[in-house]
Amino acid sequence: MLRKRILISGNEAIAEGAIQAGCNFYAGYPITPQNELIAYMAKYMPVCRPGRESGGVFIQAESELAAINMVYGASAAGARAMTSSSSPGVSLKQEGISYISGSQLPAVIVNIMRGGPGLGNIAPAQSDYFQATRGGGHGDYRLIVLAPAGVQEAYDLTQTGFRLADKYRIAVMILGDGILGQMMEPVKLSTKKITTSPLRPWALTGCKGRKPNIVKSFFLREGDLEKFNLKLQKNYQVIKENEARCEDLLLDDAKIILVAYGTMARIAKSALNQLRLAGKKVGLIRPISLWPFPEKAFQSRSKKVKYLVIEMSYGQMVEDVRLAVNGFTQVDFLGRSGGGIPSEEEIINRVNKLI
Amino acid sequence: MEKIFAHPEALYDVSTHYCPGCGHGIVHRLVAEVVDELDIRERTIGIAPVGCAVVAYDYWKFDCSEAAHGRALAVATAIKRVRPQNVVFTYQGDGDLAAIGTNETIHAANRGENLTVVFINNAVYGMTGGQMAPTTLLGQKTSTTIDGRQIEQHGFPLKISEILATLPGVCFVERVSLHNPQEVFKAKQAIKQAFKNQIDNSGFSLVEVLSPCPTYWGLSPKEALDWIRSVMQKEFPLGRIK
Ligand SMILES: Cc1ncc(C[n+]2csc(CCOP(=O)(O)OP(=O)(O)O)c2C)c(N)n1
Ligand code: SF4
Ligand SMILES: [Mg+2]
Repeated sequence: MLRKRILISGNEAIAEGAIQAGCNFYAGYPITPQNELIAYMAKYMPVCRPGRESGGVFIQAESELAAINMVYGASAAGARAMTSSSSPGVSLKQEGISYISGSQLPAVIVNIMRGGPGLGNIAPAQSDYFQATRGGGHGDYRLIVLAPAGVQEAYDLTQTGFRLADKYRIAVMILGDGILGQMMEPVKLSTKKITTSPLRPWALTGCKGRKPNIVKSFFLREGDLEKFNLKLQKNYQVIKENEARCEDLLLDDAKIILVAYGTMARIAKSALNQLRLAGKKVGLIRPISLWPFPEKAFQSRSKKVKYLVIEMSYGQMVEDVRLAVNGFTQVDFLGRSGGGIPSEEEIINRVNKLI
Repeated sequence: MEKIFAHPEALYDVSTHYCPGCGHGIVHRLVAEVVDELDIRERTIGIAPVGCAVVAYDYWKFDCSEAAHGRALAVATAIKRVRPQNVVFTYQGDGDLAAIGTNETIHAANRGENLTVVFINNAVYGMTGGQMAPTTLLGQKTSTTIDGRQIEQHGFPLKISEILATLPGVCFVERVSLHNPQEVFKAKQAIKQAFKNQIDNSGFSLVEVLSPCPTYWGLSPKEALDWIRSVMQKEFPLGRIK
């Protein structure tokens, strides 16, 4: 059977992907450049579909703070819950994300990044990488961070995100930028039935026929929090071993490897094509999961291979590349942010200097 | 022989961590009695605050969630929307409900969420060591109002219940007290009404309880009750507000 193809924006693709993945609770607060996502949810979340006999819950919250805490409640009650925002709003959600992590609640959080710091501007940017991968809130927690580079991938990865959130009882962040959010591309829709929420024996449903469940992140008794943290770390270790994802291109003979994610990777790919036409041995690694970072892709390579990390920021992911390479070879950086985007030409010029 | 007094099923038979003479333990029990009397223990979901009652779930025998400081009504909103068949309530202090969480409080009330709120007004921040709360009385000494609360610096005691009562989404607001057994009985009736309203799908109900904090009022348990009767209830008049 032919899969249905539709032309939609990245924001809408994430929303549709979420619904397809069985998301039945969404709360959000408007902010550019992710407004199409909340509008899509308002329209389609309450609608019944095959595989989902009752509609889901949509709430326009009074703030991002309320929205993320609503996601906390919805997930605690057993729903597949999502919120979305853009940089300033995601900053406001950090306390809630920490609580979600500390309560081991599955959730999906979308950040369609814009320029910062502060109110910044509404131009696309990648300057929230640290916040996403290092944990912008307090405590030793991690999010799985997935970075789509196109609209189809945004649709697919959102579904992956819900699956991973449930599998590991973790919050998953879909990290895109304003270009991805706004860009229209054809998407092949899944023909599968909407996934339903998995059974969650820990969820709050009323204690009929069982002992009361408690959803919490508070461990006051001596030693308990350390034990709990070790349990979280163990889970993170399993995720690190199993869920790192990346795309690589023309690495076999490459002397210079470009490293870029999301929209930036598409520009890097065009530069790579130009460079290859000119006979330059250039390859590309595109991390798809930013945490766990696909470290292995950078290891066991000749010392002569150089890396050029390109970001719409002043150097954030480059730190992960340097950690992965661990001093073994040269790691160079090209980045602009706050409205500027490294161009194909800038990349080509830099590569030519490096060669 | 008929048994007329027993330990509520919805309350674990354990001793609490509260100070002697604290109101929290009394209100926990009232909630548990109401839950039993309405026969809703198996479908009740409670939201514990951040405040002295942070581990209320160690005392109540039904499903409970934590909420970040001030966010109980956002958490409760979502739980109730996801599970309308469950009975969902928040239990919150004055700092939680009327300072850091005022926004969540007003908007949940204004949306007319079908929820029950038990609001503990003890005129201080108990958990963090007795600082000024939005409800601290004028002249009342706390660790952050050393010379007593002053209008010029600190503004007036916040009457959040009266504010909420103006909202069309709110169906029931009553202020009660714990300063003598009759008032405790009335407090229980009000809490019961607030739960019944939810079961009847009537919308947002809130009960504000004037509750002693002898520790940070610098009073004995008995003096604390006298202070509610002679001072606190003048600023926060008892009775049905809506
Ligand atoms: C975001 C955040 N800010 C501050 C605190 C510290 N804190 C914990 S409880 C509390 C005040 C509690 O006062 P109240 O809500 O009146 O409850 P009570 O202890 O008096 O019952 C504060 C400020 C916190 N846990 N989280
Ligand atoms: S500090 Fe006050 S509110 Fe907290 S337990 Fe002690 S008496 Fe109760
Ligand atoms: Mg208080």
